[in-house]
Amino acid sequence: MDLILVNLIDGLVTGLLLFMLSAGLTLIFSMMGVLNFAHASFYMLGAYFAYQISIALGFWMGLLLAPLIVGLMGAGVERYGLRRVHQYGHVPELIFTFGLALLIEELVQFVWGKNHVPYNAPEILEFTAFAIAGNSIPAYKVFMIFISVGIFIGLLYVLTKTRVGMIIQAALSYPRTVEALGHNVPLIFMGVFGVGTALAGVAGVIAGPVLSTFPGMAFVLGPIVFVAIVIGGLGSLWGALVASLLIGWITTFAKSYNIEMEAILNGIGIATPESLSDSPFRDVWSLTSPQIADILPYILMVLVLIFRPAGLFGKRTQ
Amino acid sequence: MTDTKSDVKGARPKEQITTPGTPASQRMRAGSMTISLAPWLIAAFIMLILPMVFTNNSALTIMNQMSITIIFALAYNMLLGQGGMLSFGHAVYAGVGGFFCMHIMNASDFFASFPLPVLPLFGGLFGMGLALIIGSFSTRSAGTVFAMISLGVGQLIASSSVIVVAFFGGEEGISGDRTYAMPFFGVEFLQQIEVYYLTAGWVLISAALMYLWSRTPVGRMANAVRDNPERAEFLGYSARWVRFYSFVASGFFAGISGGLFAINYEILTEENLNATSSGLILLVTFLGGVGFFFGPILGAIVFTLVQTVLSLETDLWSIYAGALFVATVMFFPGGLAGLIMMHVPAFKLGKARLLLMPYVKTLIPAAIGILAICALVEMTFHYRHGALGDNEMTLFWTTFDSHSVLPWLIAAAIAVVGIGVARKTAPSLREAWNEANTAGGTR
Repeated sequence: MDLILVNLIDGLVTGLLLFMLSAGLTLIFSMMGVLNFAHASFYMLGAYFAYQISIALGFWMGLLLAPLIVGLMGAGVERYGLRRVHQYGHVPELIFTFGLALLIEELVQFVWGKNHVPYNAPEILEFTAFAIAGNSIPAYKVFMIFISVGIFIGLLYVLTKTRVGMIIQAALSYPRTVEALGHNVPLIFMGVFGVGTALAGVAGVIAGPVLSTFPGMAFVLGPIVFVAIVIGGLGSLWGALVASLLIGWITTFAKSYNIEMEAILNGIGIATPESLSDSPFRDVWSLTSPQIADILPYILMVLVLIFRPAGLFGKRTQ
Repeated sequence: MTDTKSDVKGARPKEQITTPGTPASQRMRAGSMTISLAPWLIAAFIMLILPMVFTNNSALTIMNQMSITIIFALAYNMLLGQGGMLSFGHAVYAGVGGFFCMHIMNASDFFASFPLPVLPLFGGLFGMGLALIIGSFSTRSAGTVFAMISLGVGQLIASSSVIVVAFFGGEEGISGDRTYAMPFFGVEFLQQIEVYYLTAGWVLISAALMYLWSRTPVGRMANAVRDNPERAEFLGYSARWVRFYSFVASGFFAGISGGLFAINYEILTEENLNATSSGLILLVTFLGGVGFFFGPILGAIVFTLVQTVLSLETDLWSIYAGALFVATVMFFPGGLAGLIMMHVPAFKLGKARLLLMPYVKTLIPAAIGILAICALVEMTFHYRHGALGDNEMTLFWTTFDSHSVLPWLIAAAIAVVGIGVARKTAPSLREAWNEANTAGGTR
C-alpha cells in the first residue's frame, strides 16, 4: 500500500513534467495546425540555459530567466522560420521543425559537449520532505509538483478567465473573424508559440537536475510527448493532462513492480514450454515489466489509434 | 477525408497534409505518358563504368552505400513526394527486411540452395508484409495522424529490438556471411566489386519499377489523393486504399534496400531501425527534392558524398548538414531537383547565358563568405574543445594558432566582405533572373 503511494507520487511527477511539454505542444498544434517536432529541443535548451545561468546566478535566477530566453527563441523561430515555411504547406512545416530539432541537438553538443553537465537541484531543496514507510520523498519532487500544478492553474486561468485568453481562444477557432475585429493574429500566433516553448523551457529547467542534462534528453522525451498528445487527442488540453498522467503512472508502476511475462502467460492458462532456450518465442517468456516500461506508451498509443483514432478526448471522427 | 478536420479545434482548414501553394513546376511531374529509355540506359552505362574509374575499395564502399540509400530514398519518396504522407519511422521497414535477410543468411541449409542476388527480394517481401499490417490502420488519413502513427510504430519496433533478442539480436545486432549462398554463375561475392554490381543491378531494377509504379493508375491517383483527397474520393477512388497501396509498395522497396544493406555490411543493429535512420532518410529525400522522381536519387548521391567526405574533414559535419537541411526547407522547398528544374524555362527561352555572370558575381562571394563562417565555427569549436596546450589547427591548408586574434579577424573580415558583396549583387541577380524567365526580346 505504501509502495503504491510512493509510485503514485513518482508517476505524478513524471506525468506533470510530461504535461508541461504536451500542454505547450498541443496549444501550438491547435492554433497553427503544425506539430512542433522541436518542442522537446526547447525543453533541452531550457535545462542547458538554466545550468549555465545557475553557475553564475544560482538556480532561482535560472528558473526565472531560462524559460524567458527559450520563449523568446521560440517566438523568433515562429516569426522568422515557421511563418516563412507556412506558405509551402504543412509537410515542409513539419519537416522544418524536424530539421530544427536535429540542428538544436547538434548545436547543444557544439556548445556544451557530448557529456552530461553537472546541473544540480538547489541545496535549499536537498532534504527529505516526508517519508512513507521508509521511502523518502525528496523536497525537490514536491517542489516540482507544486510548480507544475501552479503553471497549469495559471494557464487555465489565463485561457479561460482573461481577455487575452478570450482572444486566443477566439483566434483558435475563427482566426479571420478575430483579425477582422482588429487583432493582430500573426502576433497572437507568435505569442502562443513563444509561451508554448517557454513552458517546455520551464519543464527543462526543473527536470534537468532530476533526469540529468545531456544532449540526448530531447531525443529521449520527444517521442513520448507526441505519444501523450496523440493518446489524449490532438488539440485537447484536458486530454494532454490525462494522457500525460496515465503515461507517467504506467511507466512508473511497470518499472517498480517486477512482473514477469511468464507469470502472466501462466496466469491466463498458457504453460511454459519445456525447452525454452530453443523456442523462437523465448523472449516473450523471459520479458519483465521494467524491460518493457519504456515501450508501454507506444503500445498504448497504437492501441488507442486503432480503436479510437481521435484519441481519448479528441472529438469523434466521421 | 473530411473526418480529420473536426478532431482539431479550429486548426486551419488544411488539416490534411497536402502541398498546396507549390508551383506546378515543383510538384511531381505528371506530364507526358511517354516513357523514355535513354536516361535509364545512360544510368546503367554510368553504373557499369564507375568502378573502372574509381577502383579503390573505399570508393566502392561509398558507391554501395549510395546505391542502398538511393533505393531507400526512392521508396520513401513514394510516400512523401507522391502520396503526401510524412513518415517518421520508415527505417523500420528497411531494417526489418534486412534483419529477415540476415536470418536467411544464417539459416545455412536453406541459404546454400539459392543464389545471393535473390536475397533482397525476401527482404522486400518481409518489409511489404510489415507494411501490410501497419498500413492497415495507419493509412486512414495522410495528415498529422499518419505522421504520428509512423513515429509511434517506428519507436515501438526500434525499442523492442533491444528486448527481442531472438530476432533482433539485442544490442549487438546480428551478423551473417553472404558467401554461404549458392554461387551465382560462378560468382561467390567474396569481393567488394561483385557486391557493387549486385547492388547496382538492384538499384536499376528497383528504380525502374518504382518509376513505372508512379506511372500506373495507382501511382497517379496517389498524386491526386495527395493534392486533393476529397476530390479524388468524389471521383470514386478510395483515398485510403490508394494510400494503402502506396504504403505497401514503399515498404516492399524499403525492404529491398534493407536486404542489400544486409548483403553489403553483413551486420544489422538497432541503428538500422531507430529514429535517427528514419530522420536521415527524410533529410536525404527532402534535400534531393520530393517534387521530381530523380530528386531522391540526387539527394542520396549528394548526401552520401557529404557524409563520407565531409565527416573525414570535420567532426562538425552534422551541424553543417542540419543547417543545410533547415536552409533547404526554408528557401528551396523543391530541393536540389527543384533548384535544377527552375532553370529549365530559362534554357527553353535560350536565355540561360544571361544568368551566368550574375551567378558568378553573387554566388562566389556568398560561398566564400559561408566558408569563412564555417571557419569561424571550426575555430570556436577548436578553441573550446581542443586539447589543452594544443593551439595549432589546420584549416583550408593553413596552419595557425586558434588562440591568437589574427586568424579570427581575418575569417570575420572575409565573412563580412563575402556576404556583403553577395547581398549587394543579389538585386542584379534577381533582375537577371526575371529577364531570363520572360519570353521575348533577347538583349
